[in-house]
Amino acid sequence: MRRAIASAIFLAFALAPCPARGQSSNVLFIQNATILTITHGNIEHGSILIRDGKIAAVGTDLKAPEGATVIDAAGEFVMPGIIDCHSHIAVDGNVNEGAPAVSSMVNIADVLNPDSRNIYLDLAGGVTTANILHGSANPIGGQTVVIKLRWGKPASALPFEGAVPGIKFALGENPKHSNFGPPPGTPPRYPATRLGVEEVIRQAFTEAREYKKEWDDYNQRKSAGEQNLIPPRRDEKLEPLVEVLAGKRYVHAHCYRADEILMLLRVAQEFGFKVRTLQHVLEGYKVADEIAASGAGGSTFSDWWAYKMEAFDAIPYNAALMQERGVVVSINSDDPEEARHLNQEAAKSIEFSGLSPNDALKLITLNPAIQLGIDKRAGSIDVGKDADLAIYDLDPLSVYAVVQKTLIDGQVYFDRQRDIAQRPELEKEKQALLDKEKKAAEEEKKPEEKPGKNEEKKPGEKKRPPKNGDAQENLEGAGR
Amino acid sequence: MRLPSSRRCCLPVLVAAGMFLLFLWTHSARGEGGEPRYFAIINARIVTVAGPPIEKGTVVIARGLIQAVGTSVAIPPEAWVIDGAGLTVYPGLIDAGTDLGLPKPEGTDEAARADRPRPGAPPAGEIASGPQDRPATTPWRVAADEIKTSDKRIAAWRNAGFTTTLSLPAGGIFPGQGSVLNLAGERAGDFVVKPDAALPVSLKGLGGFFSFPGSLMGTVAYVRQVYDDARWFAQAEPISEANPGKSERLPYDRTERVINGTLERKEIVLLSANNSVEILRALRLAAEWKVPAVLFGGQEGYDVAGAIATSKIAVLVNLKWPERAKDADPEAEQTLRELRFRDRASSTPAALAKAGAKFAFYSGGLAAPKDIFKSVRKAMEAGLAPEAALRAFTMDAAEILGVSERLGTIEPGKIANVVVADGDIFNEKAKVKDVFIDGRWFEIHEEAPPDKPAEKKPERVEEAATVDGEVSR
Repeated sequence: MRRAIASAIFLAFALAPCPARGQSSNVLFIQNATILTITHGNIEHGSILIRDGKIAAVGTDLKAPEGATVIDAAGEFVMPGIIDCHSHIAVDGNVNEGAPAVSSMVNIADVLNPDSRNIYLDLAGGVTTANILHGSANPIGGQTVVIKLRWGKPASALPFEGAVPGIKFALGENPKHSNFGPPPGTPPRYPATRLGVEEVIRQAFTEAREYKKEWDDYNQRKSAGEQNLIPPRRDEKLEPLVEVLAGKRYVHAHCYRADEILMLLRVAQEFGFKVRTLQHVLEGYKVADEIAASGAGGSTFSDWWAYKMEAFDAIPYNAALMQERGVVVSINSDDPEEARHLNQEAAKSIEFSGLSPNDALKLITLNPAIQLGIDKRAGSIDVGKDADLAIYDLDPLSVYAVVQKTLIDGQVYFDRQRDIAQRPELEKEKQALLDKEKKAAEEEKKPEEKPGKNEEKKPGEKKRPPKNGDAQENLEGAGR
Repeated sequence: MRLPSSRRCCLPVLVAAGMFLLFLWTHSARGEGGEPRYFAIINARIVTVAGPPIEKGTVVIARGLIQAVGTSVAIPPEAWVIDGAGLTVYPGLIDAGTDLGLPKPEGTDEAARADRPRPGAPPAGEIASGPQDRPATTPWRVAADEIKTSDKRIAAWRNAGFTTTLSLPAGGIFPGQGSVLNLAGERAGDFVVKPDAALPVSLKGLGGFFSFPGSLMGTVAYVRQVYDDARWFAQAEPISEANPGKSERLPYDRTERVINGTLERKEIVLLSANNSVEILRALRLAAEWKVPAVLFGGQEGYDVAGAIATSKIAVLVNLKWPERAKDADPEAEQTLRELRFRDRASSTPAALAKAGAKFAFYSGGLAAPKDIFKSVRKAMEAGLAPEAALRAFTMDAAEILGVSERLGTIEPGKIANVVVADGDIFNEKAKVKDVFIDGRWFEIHEEAPPDKPAEKKPERVEEAATVDGEVSR
């Protein structure tokens, strides 16, 4: 029985659903819900009017316009779609380009896989937006992208429109390859120490500055009319770093220890760029004032620790302590499974640190939206924002709460009832395909009549066709 | 080589016809080793592909080219006449992607693999730390320079009606340039129709963690940088050459020079892309990189045929349809997605045709020509019109590969790559009787049973004529 259920769930993931099937109108009306707006309290028996994918009205005295598709959420809870500030889902191939210490030439946006079932899994956990990051194998890693989990749409439709692109940095054990080594015969990669990690970052930004200067000089001389100038080479590695220096690309830095956090903040200050978020930042509570002063956000785990040396000083009060000192804090998953219950991860801060329920929900909605620079469009239920919503059967901070529907841009991308309803149909389709293959294989096995092998004749067996006439004149071209 | 040499060709004739034919032979032998170069296939159904089929016509082949085709065509007096009654004449088929005629890529054998410390790890001394190290990059290799005429598949393909291949070097991100080969010749050079026909680019991660690029995104970034560099070279080199005293000399980089050459020639770039995600990614990258791209693989094209058609990018479709691995765990869960893919892949050609996308076929590792035809029949069962299938093997393939001036149809002036079959060439029961490559005649025989004499050529025409009625057209 359990196996059957597992297989049915598995099937559902395999399906690329047609979101918002039969939803012809672009007006959607959610009624009778408890609405957790995040920004202006909770509304009992409230309604949300959604027009063209945006929240058009929120309140208790709304009426469904004629022709609107109505979702009756009586007894259910609507919250803003969850935003996961640290995710590695939906990536084709390895999320790490591990060989170079600076792998900023690679870009997650090039390899998004919209068919990844983790998108659907995350949707089933109420997640609507995720910050898809490169891995942490390099002091400066690859370029990153914020996506909406528009399951069923092509890769080009996933990126969150207008979201500032990012880049992954990493400090500590992972970029210095502390916990794994190269195969025998392969030289270890520089850097091997935290000192080296700093040096690599410093060196890369020094190069980026020079690179920018080279281009500026070239453009200046060219526009001054100088001829026969050889242009600088375009460098895919340094371009994103120039963007970081110009404030056009966010730095999301994987870090653990207080010392390395301070190191990065100092380097950033020296080169004149901002660290947008410190990721994991498990010792952030030790240097919360410095983080707050730098303007960096902190995106951390609820309660993971001691899984390696640099994670030994992690505490479950980290999120609340940083928040208390003025850091914008989010709770992230870094994991497709964890992403399915980020609501519970947020709720742990209530248990550990006495955060208010609304502040706890902020950790997975408005705060990550601020960190990713998308808070004008996501993170709360406010008029004008994207209708990215998660509907739970119970208060989402309860461990018993289960997502019923997940909406993005006012379209239903996950519907628990629809999912359950289509499982038998999918099972049937699957069985039919298996049977078809089996039948074809059996027919294949039947002895075929073996046609003789075509083979060229051996010399001497060849016979000439009769020649036409005996004239010998050259008629090349005749008959044209 | 299995070309009819003058001795092989003429000895039995000498015995049969005596001194008069010897006289002819000495004449036709001038400068051609005695090999016949003029042929007329008469009374045959001719599928020119360029236009509607000619129900009863003549094809004249002269000195390697098709000289004339039609219903009332003068037959050159020196031509050897083949009675094509009951037979059908096609342009030679093109296998637009194979390693036929090429040696196995280095490092694929077990011994080389055993040297590696761990799967995925690069061999010692080949660690790349970034694009500047030009990993897995040998675009200067040209298939035409590596032809192994001893490849047994050359005859097998030819006997089945394949006269031409796009033979592609393999291994790495830029393995080298593919060449269009005609499957006949004394020496390797005789095979080559177009040496620099296509530049395959593998958009796959190389795997591993300790050498660049390991990940797929690393490969994409790398190819992007290579095109940047090639275009920089195109800009920088002339300035540098013209102003030697003005700036530092340019460093020599073979990759950017060769890739720049492919860009200047507008050589097609084969971007590997099999599933719908890869296909859409390749379409996007082709537009970004501004390269004359052709998709290579394309088997989930049924899902994105519209996007392919809109892009105007052609597809070389892999005819090795997906199937479950022979050694797959029978207990392992199979996803609906993979089952659907296996079920529908063969509908891709029909979907592409319907959407108006241009495509050709390649054998993609199928072991024998009969498997190629089997795969095509599967595509036809899934809705591909026989005419479209034939075009994909002939005219469209030639157009995609940039050789349509010379190959792909039966028209005067085209290379005389011609196949004569005793019926619809896609029919399982059809037999190829004659193949002409560059106007050189290959008579194809069924393997004669050992107890029967092989000399049954005179009956052949009549036999075929009676069979013909049964062959579905």
